[in-house]
Amino acid sequence: MSQDYTKMWEKLGLNLEAHDALLSVLGKAYQDIYLAQKNRPQGMGYFDFVMSEVHGLRIKELLDEQAAGRKIIGAYCVFVPEEIALAAEATLVGLCSGADFAADEVEKLLPRNTCALIKSSFGFKLGKVCPYLECADMIVGENTCDGKKKSYETLNTLVKNLYVMDLPQKKSDEGKALLKSEYYRFKEAVEKLTGAAVTAESLRKSIETVNSKRKAIHRLARLRSASPAPISGLDALLANQVYFYDNPARFTDSVNKICDELEKRVENKVGVFPENTPRILLSGCPMAVPNWKLPWIIETSGAVIVGEESCVGERGTRNLTDDSGTTVDEMMEAIVERYFKVDCAIFTPNPDRLSHIAEMFETYKADGVIHYGLQFCQPYLMEAIPVEKALEAKNIPTLRIDTDYSMEDAGQLKTRVEAFVELLK
Amino acid sequence: MRCAGIDIGSRSIELVVLENGKIVESRQSDSGFDPMKNATALINGAAYDAIMATGYGRHLFEIAFNSPTVTEIKAYAEGARFLFPDVRTVLDIGGQDSKAIALNADGKIKKFEMNDRCAAGTGKFLEIMARSLGYELDDFGPEAMKAEKDILISSMCTVFAESEVTSLVAKGSDRREIALGLHSSVVRRAAGMLKRVSVNAPVIFAGGVAKNPCMCHLLEKALESPIHVPKNPQMVGALGAALLAAR
Repeated sequence: MSQDYTKMWEKLGLNLEAHDALLSVLGKAYQDIYLAQKNRPQGMGYFDFVMSEVHGLRIKELLDEQAAGRKIIGAYCVFVPEEIALAAEATLVGLCSGADFAADEVEKLLPRNTCALIKSSFGFKLGKVCPYLECADMIVGENTCDGKKKSYETLNTLVKNLYVMDLPQKKSDEGKALLKSEYYRFKEAVEKLTGAAVTAESLRKSIETVNSKRKAIHRLARLRSASPAPISGLDALLANQVYFYDNPARFTDSVNKICDELEKRVENKVGVFPENTPRILLSGCPMAVPNWKLPWIIETSGAVIVGEESCVGERGTRNLTDDSGTTVDEMMEAIVERYFKVDCAIFTPNPDRLSHIAEMFETYKADGVIHYGLQFCQPYLMEAIPVEKALEAKNIPTLRIDTDYSMEDAGQLKTRVEAFVELLK
Repeated sequence: MRCAGIDIGSRSIELVVLENGKIVESRQSDSGFDPMKNATALINGAAYDAIMATGYGRHLFEIAFNSPTVTEIKAYAEGARFLFPDVRTVLDIGGQDSKAIALNADGKIKKFEMNDRCAAGTGKFLEIMARSLGYELDDFGPEAMKAEKDILISSMCTVFAESEVTSLVAKGSDRREIALGLHSSVVRRAAGMLKRVSVNAPVIFAGGVAKNPCMCHLLEKALESPIHVPKNPQMVGALGAALLAAR
């Protein structure tokens, strides 16, 4: 990190010793997993910088925004609409949930058989190591799965600014009406927090900002359909992860710059791996920073990841918000329409997700699908079995993996992934 | 051309050398505490032009000897096909893992399953249970087969099963019946894994545990299908790696 942020972290109430330990593990992992890759696009230098400053400069920026009167909202889920936050002069950031931390403390509050993602979000709070969480003016929990829903009751005893958003479970008219009323309730809550009203002008601008960010990610995704793949799955995942942290406009520029570079690579048939490398579509649970375990295993086992059917990936960024509305209500309607299409496994039934997996398999010219399920994540683990059956019925080779954030099964996973890659060759 | 395959497993290391499609040499040793040292000793003096490594120690071997590697799954499928050309299903139960592999009619791997991260349902499980019942490993299967009925063992976890065995012994249960119950529990797990990948005849049972006659007997009953055990079931992985080294 370029400067000493100790004072800033101290002021936020972080546990400095634990936080140092976390940063050193993170730095080492980044070195071994990211910087050790070959043939990376030069534009990834920006993301290397972002990661090196993820608890430093970016936090300082957020605190500066706060000092200038903006509010910071932390969220755990892609259902929290960034358009609304931005339109009411708040900045939305993703909260840490990608690594095991303070497991002993977590298990005093949550059952052992809770998924690693929920445990992690508690670990970062209990261990006092997430500066995003500590600087947030509002923390948004959302009623997705039962685990998250119930855990927010406990999280509410640990933080004083938790806001819980209800979410539908069915793609029905009633479901959409619920989402709509929840988004209006959220708009009012943000307006109350910031004291700034959402206007047609501010909402139109924020829709444009978020759409630009999505368009840049869509452009990146399309370039990955080229063979040889111009960027590794790890690097593309990182861009999708940083999507949740970075300043939106700067992020959009940086991704577009990488895309310019990748376009030249595609033209010149330059890739990160040789042309005949088996291509994998990842599908399943979200991978928050620094959960790079499975992609790392896959890309060090002779395959390249060409797409992520995930909340940290295409499920989260798939659709643009229609920008043709002129009034706040029309644009709010467009936001509801856009988010209601997200095919999260908490919906029942959820046939769109299967069609999207098959569609992505075609678009990105994948050779096989690896379904990633977090242990104890009922919605995705339950869906994994019919998804696997349906894909195999289409002769799409599929490997179903259930794992968590620990490294104890890495050797076993490597054998399974390598065997799957051998089967694709 | 002489091609070798080395299978560095958790319990043992096997080496097979092929020449003109015939096995000309096969060796075996324990993995011990320093598998690379033992692997180096095992290949010492063996003559071959190319070697391929498999087993959980394959990547260490790759670094030390700059050799290509292949997973146990592909190696076992390949080795089984060499011995039984029309094989459609392979079960391998080794020292610390077990796998079920389904092959297409043209011999390509269609689907595979592996046990989870623990030792349940593997050779290690049987080894520990044999010891806690006071049997030599080689006698464990034959003795279990002498029982007239089995006692249901409910736990698949090696640690819990061991305490279950201890309490059954303390209650005065018949040692052979407990032994049979333990074999049945491993077979239930293996059969479940096989059914998930689909079972088509012929079924080949390989890996060290295939030497246990009780396992073979119970597995045939569970699958309602005859199973075939190669003469040296532990060598199948090394044989498969040698065949792949030849390509």
